[in-house]
Amino acid sequence: MTTVYIPSVLRSNVGGAKTLELQGDSIRSVVDALVEQHPSLTGQLLTDDGELNRFVNVYVNGQDVRYLSGLDPPVAPADEVRLLPAMAGG
Amino acid sequence: MPKSYADLLREARAQIREVTPQDVVALPADAATVIDVREDSEWEQGHLPGARHISKSYIEQQIEGAVPNRDAPVVLYCAGGVRSLFAAQTLADMGYTNVASMSGGFQAWKGAGYEFKTPVTLTTEQKQRYSRHLLIPEVGSEGQAKLLGSKALLIGAGGLGSPAALYLAAAGVGTIGIVDFDVVDVSNLQRQIIHTTDRVGERKVESARKAIEALNPEVKVIAHEEMLVAANVERIIAGYDVILDGTDTFETRYILNDAAVAAGIPVIHASVFRFEGQLTTFIPFEGPCYRCLYPTPPPPELAPGCSVAGVLGVVPGILGMLQTTEALKVLLGMGETLAGRLLLFDALEMEFTELRLRRDPNCPVCSDAAVEARKAGRPMQVDAVGADVPFAMTMTGAIGKVSPEARA
Repeated sequence: MTTVYIPSVLRSNVGGAKTLELQGDSIRSVVDALVEQHPSLTGQLLTDDGELNRFVNVYVNGQDVRYLSGLDPPVAPADEVRLLPAMAGG
Repeated sequence: MPKSYADLLREARAQIREVTPQDVVALPADAATVIDVREDSEWEQGHLPGARHISKSYIEQQIEGAVPNRDAPVVLYCAGGVRSLFAAQTLADMGYTNVASMSGGFQAWKGAGYEFKTPVTLTTEQKQRYSRHLLIPEVGSEGQAKLLGSKALLIGAGGLGSPAALYLAAAGVGTIGIVDFDVVDVSNLQRQIIHTTDRVGERKVESARKAIEALNPEVKVIAHEEMLVAANVERIIAGYDVILDGTDTFETRYILNDAAVAAGIPVIHASVFRFEGQLTTFIPFEGPCYRCLYPTPPPPELAPGCSVAGVLGVVPGILGMLQTTEALKVLLGMGETLAGRLLLFDALEMEFTELRLRRDPNCPVCSDAAVEARKAGRPMQVDAVGADVPFAMTMTGAIGKVSPEARA
């Protein structure tokens, strides 16, 4: 199981959980598992084509997945996946 | 048996190796730590280039900090070569194995016509006010003089800008610009500690000016009482050495980013949400910019501001102080900034997390291709929010060819 950190702005969609343990061997499959369990996240995270929205950054073990190799970066059970949208407040 | 001064001097000469100014000037750079052991008032009249200053009265206390390795070569000098001999004896007693004293001291150095440096001198009042900075070897009077000559711009005198303005002023950053068009509201006071109850209803820039002047009258405050927009951003930011982004809208953040990249000015970014904050330092072309990090803004429901979502008052306080820390490092040119790193703060868990950031090779603002395209007069399209027309690449940056005073 991969640990997925849910940003506080999205926690109301997952019953307030800060982290979720999800099954999947790639970013895509972990995100698919997430939206399957919590369908209200679909519109927040994914485009109509099922791709990740560009305003949600995804980090695996502290590295931005946009700069990891391949379109579907693999994740291992011990990995930490962090979803991170921008914050506005000042 | 009591010893005379002449006895002591003879013993010191017998024990300590002496070198001439000619020997010292011929030393390759970094071949030895050269320490001036004279008093403050003598150091201020001029000293050897690259020398460190530890007056003889503090040599025992400070040498281990300055030269931790007891086998490292050290050359001491004073005005005429006597005090440095005795100081060198002390170092030898402390186990320093490679200490020499420069014969003839600074007088002989100057007499030989060698180059010397006159340090920045601070006034008596400044020496007292900034004494805790002056005691830090990495800051000292040179660093303090840098801060006094520096210009920092705060975008917003709100939750982030309040502590930042106060600490920048306390640190003696000579010019602080503040961009804010708002007035103080009683609901601001839960976190915007630069304002006060009796200033509710006042313009924020004026309220902040009063607090800064009360704390440090030496600081010049430049009030930019206007909303930062594409049409005025280049005029407002020109000439500042560093910018602290404390706004609460994405549009302003993108406009500021694009203009600051074009002007070559570092931006210290922070944002907050309830119990959490994000912080990083954008140094144009050294690390990513805001658009590399967030190519497009989220919809409003995913990123509400403090007035909608609320915020624990101390959270922007902490983030604002971290911004100030980064700003002071940028101004002093020391330490490792957060360029290329995003720091997340979670107050509930009391947890700091660091994420790696990279420059986006396809960034429409800061990538090499984007810069080339702009220079060629066919700028890349910037989607999402921001200015319609890309900002001119002035790259005046920290050089600051336009004074902020002229633009207020």
